[in-house]
Amino acid sequence: MIEIEHLSKTYDGRTVVDDVSMRIADGELVVVVGTSGSGKTTLLRMINRLVEPSAGKVSIDGVDCRAIAPHLLRRQIGYAIQGHGLFPHRTVSQNIATVPGLLGWDKAKISARVDELLSLFQLDPAEFRDRYPGQLSGGQQQRIGVARALAAAPKLLLMDEPFGALDPIIRARAQLDLRDIQRRLGTTIVLVTHDMNEAILLGDRIAVMDQARLLQYDTPRKIVVSPATAFVGELLGSGERPFRLLALQPVRDFVEPGMAEGQPIDANSSLRDALEEALWSGRKAVPVRDASGALLGRVTLETAIRQAAPQR
Amino acid sequence: MKLGLVFRIGTIMLLAVFLLQPDWFAFVFAPMTKNGQPAIYVQNSLLSLTISHLLIVFAATLAASAVAIGLAIAVTRPIGREFLPLSRTIANAGQTFPPVAVLALAVPVLGFGTEPTLLALFLYGLLPIFENALTGLTTVPPQVEEAARGMGMTDRERLWQVELPLALPLILAGVRISAVIAIATAAIGSTVAASTLGEAIIAGLINSNLAFVAQGALVISALAILIHDGIGALERRVGRHLIQG
Ligand SMILES: Nc1ncnc2c1ncn2[C@@H]1O[C@H](COP(=O)(O)OP(=O)(O)OP(=O)(O)O)[C@@H](O)[C@H]1O
Ligand SMILES: [Mg+2]
Repeated sequence: MIEIEHLSKTYDGRTVVDDVSMRIADGELVVVVGTSGSGKTTLLRMINRLVEPSAGKVSIDGVDCRAIAPHLLRRQIGYAIQGHGLFPHRTVSQNIATVPGLLGWDKAKISARVDELLSLFQLDPAEFRDRYPGQLSGGQQQRIGVARALAAAPKLLLMDEPFGALDPIIRARAQLDLRDIQRRLGTTIVLVTHDMNEAILLGDRIAVMDQARLLQYDTPRKIVVSPATAFVGELLGSGERPFRLLALQPVRDFVEPGMAEGQPIDANSSLRDALEEALWSGRKAVPVRDASGALLGRVTLETAIRQAAPQR
Repeated sequence: MKLGLVFRIGTIMLLAVFLLQPDWFAFVFAPMTKNGQPAIYVQNSLLSLTISHLLIVFAATLAASAVAIGLAIAVTRPIGREFLPLSRTIANAGQTFPPVAVLALAVPVLGFGTEPTLLALFLYGLLPIFENALTGLTTVPPQVEEAARGMGMTDRERLWQVELPLALPLILAGVRISAVIAIATAAIGSTVAASTLGEAIIAGLINSNLAFVAQGALVISALAILIHDGIGALERRVGRHLIQG
């Protein structure tokens, strides 16, 4: 559990993070979203003390972060940033081994861990271990950056716009992979972005910041259904709210018995996908199948439309 | 690439044969002499002059590297940063002194011989290495710096594991420039009785024997080219992964 209490940062009399408090439960993925300059990065960097707070405190599992020397604190917390920051003079395996090396792990343990992480990120260890960052694609560099942040199996991972430099297709894949890996490892993640789609897609909870303040800290559904301020509504894009709401609801929960014509959709896709499919193919209902391909029933256009409005 | 290798090996072999058996080349230099002057300088063997020339250059460049790199590290640390402008000024001033002036000023203090030459070459070698080391240490990509800090490297770990390795190609380039300048400038040391290849050149000038001048100058040029080339190859080797893809 991470507790952020009344955290503030002031530079030359200008407050860039203003009295922010939030609690993050273990295993949660919290996305901090907001416009440029709203203080997201500063907030994130106060958690691992790359920036020292002007007021307030951060504690992890009840331990005040100020009680631990900054470099020792940071070795316990994963950190991944936009543009990855890989060491160009070190191979992929040396990069990943950075924190384990600082922690003094033995060689065999480090190399086993490097291979394990490469496999986890779907990179063949034999092929990639000895490459240099300059010999990787942007998407591969980004994955190595995250693998490096996870190397010493931190309980907490901080990510500052980790997908910012990727093209949309690679980004979508990287987001899903992150979600998957996070579920599997149970890592608590705080991720900064200014992309609301990313926040809604990934976040168990979303923290919306504007002008140094935390405006709302809630589940994606709550944020979409009842934005705390006009600014939060604006950030969501008012015209898109019904679709964002649908995107949060998996088809699985709305399958009804019955038949439907045409191409089935996956039970794990969202009602938004179902709506798009139905509208595009001019169908009133779409068959639903599970991962193995077995038909489960159907989901109707009517259901999608009903679910697009906030429930009373 | 192949051609470069042939040229390199060729130069080294030619130089080695010339230094070991200068008499074999008498026919090349004889046309430059007048009135039956000797064609090959023999007061001191060219081989021993070359060795002592190189030792002086090596010692001066080594000392200049140690001091300049140390200084560059010191002024890029938080505690030393306020001395950055001052250290630049001092290193620049070192470079504006003509080497002859340094020799002239150093002789009364250090006497004739190798020492004033070493001092002049040392002072002369500081600036290029210092400037390059400074550039290298201050241009580490900010994201790399940030990642290193974010992963919990201490200042010292960052210096040794990140900043110096990334600055190494530039530092080597500075060493290369200094060493090549020193190779050329060391010749002047013979005016204050240091044992360098300048001795042959000076003897040639005094006796109007163009052959001696040519021998000294050619060996010095060959050394300069080889050192430039050798350190250059080293730079490319350590820097080959540093170009970000
Ligand atoms: N070291 C610093 N000194 C002075 N001001 C700073 C410093 N770091 C950040 N700021 C200011 O604090 C404010 C918040 O910066 P921060 O980097 O936290 O914003 P952000 O929300 O991450 O923005 P972006 O989305 O553009 O990355 C900005 O106005 C910035 O100029
Ligand atoms: Mg930022």
